[in-house]
Amino acid sequence: MTNVLGRFDFEAIAKWIKPGEKVLDLGCGDGSLLRYLRDEKGVLGYGVENDPANVLACVRNGVNVIQIDLEAGLSGFEDGFCDHVVMSLSLQTVRHTERLLAEMLRVGREAVVSFPNFGHHSYHAAIARGRMPVSESLPYQWYNSPNVRFFTMADFEALCAERGIVLRERLGFDGEAAVTEDLNRNASIAVYRLGKAG
Amino acid sequence: MNHSSDSVGAVQPQRAHFDTPLALAGGGALPVFDLVYETYGELNAARSNAVLVCHALSGHHHVAGYAADDPKNIGWWDNLVGPGKPLDTRKFFVVGVNNLGGCYGSTGPMTLNPATGKPWGADFPLVVVEDWVTAQARLADRLGIDAWAAVIGGSLGGMQAMQWALEYPDRIRHALVIASAPKLTAQNIAFNEVARQAILTDPDFHGGHYYEHGVVPARGLRLARMIGHITYLSDDQMAEKFGRRLRQGGLKFSYDVDFEIESYLRYQGDKFAGYFDANTYLITTKALDYFDPALGYGGDLAAALARARANFLVVSFSTDWRFAPERSREIVYGLVHNGLGVSYAELESIAGHDSFLLDDPRYHGVMRAYFEGIKT
Repeated sequence: MTNVLGRFDFEAIAKWIKPGEKVLDLGCGDGSLLRYLRDEKGVLGYGVENDPANVLACVRNGVNVIQIDLEAGLSGFEDGFCDHVVMSLSLQTVRHTERLLAEMLRVGREAVVSFPNFGHHSYHAAIARGRMPVSESLPYQWYNSPNVRFFTMADFEALCAERGIVLRERLGFDGEAAVTEDLNRNASIAVYRLGKAG
Repeated sequence: MNHSSDSVGAVQPQRAHFDTPLALAGGGALPVFDLVYETYGELNAARSNAVLVCHALSGHHHVAGYAADDPKNIGWWDNLVGPGKPLDTRKFFVVGVNNLGGCYGSTGPMTLNPATGKPWGADFPLVVVEDWVTAQARLADRLGIDAWAAVIGGSLGGMQAMQWALEYPDRIRHALVIASAPKLTAQNIAFNEVARQAILTDPDFHGGHYYEHGVVPARGLRLARMIGHITYLSDDQMAEKFGRRLRQGGLKFSYDVDFEIESYLRYQGDKFAGYFDANTYLITTKALDYFDPALGYGGDLAAALARARANFLVVSFSTDWRFAPERSREIVYGLVHNGLGVSYAELESIAGHDSFLLDDPRYHGVMRAYFEGIKT
């Protein structure tokens, strides 16, 4: 897989966004995904960030960024505001996961999320050795991690089933390689396209 | 006086006279008027690099550099505007203007009323944000500026930037709305009313015609400024800056100054009463109170903003309780609703409303990055 965006999950996410769509990117970092979507697909995008350094980086990147705390929800955005609400590798950093997922599907027609899959076999091994996992996709120590929710693909899918969230598509990656078998065990990063029931 | 290399240097105000009547939002018209302004940098051949800086309650046209005849008189936003500064005068042609109704040379209550030959005083019409922007557009015409690359302002100045985007959507490409609001809250109007009452009930006010009596309502202006200063600072900053520190060793058991904060407020009040015009203060606070672009849209700000075409930068400060971040967010969501380009930074700062005049590195970093992204 090519990696024009610097983040391989962006490539997968970008494929699901059609030209000219309106997109909200939660935890948009320095805005590279939005910049790519704008330049390549004419997407009207807004990023949401709460880290001042990232807000500045977005302004430098010339993308729209709105500084709000995601934990406070998306109440400023009306129902059906955009086509896709994207949350790339940030879902695990939010405490109110359930409410935020519901908000994403209220504001967007579909949601696209990616997150580090704690079901990955290397993490089993780390825990079996008695230590919390530290890896390329989870580069933090337990005491300085921005991640507050630790879950597997199977956990996530169970929550979606319970809340009537439809899994439209899913992808798994290990390193930058696509995983095709036993994703919950072999994928270190999971990417989902989610929709509403009915 | 040491003037650094990133100062625009010595500046001279200029005066533009307009003799076509200006119809006013509140009815009537100004038959003729003058605007005093300053410019920094050079207008490019395409006339596409002009930036208008709008002032707030007590501001004026002297935005940057130092007055040629008074080197100690530094522009009020000199930390933002200059060669190499966030609003870089090597790239942009920057215009500062004193608004109508002002007391720094533009036509206002101190100007002679052509109908009477006496100062306008209280008879000067209540000009509002829409009128200022209309007058600024006349100045833009005069300077050969079809469209501003950007209009920027803090507080009441931010309201003018917003009004530009609504009144002349094709004449402004970027609006920078700093520490502002789409309309004042009841609490905010209340503070303005206390300030006005202080002036209006001053025995030296003489119904606004104090010039003829050779006096100024200094007590009223002083109180107005004191209450203003309290609201421009945050509780935390006052605690840090003054705390309960005493001016002298112990309590005096009198109504003289005990605490440093009292001394500060008296000093600021006296200083202000010495140079600012009371009628201008009254008019300007009314302009603040009246600003409400959503009024004609049933209170629907998003509907009001539908006319805008500009790209926006909206900035607020965490401890600004006079123009709270919540008010800025209202603007942001109204713009987002219309699919307009907007970035919003909510900066941590201890300095309350006054934060917008300080040169905090994160604040100026965002401003610099935004201005760098503006094509000229």
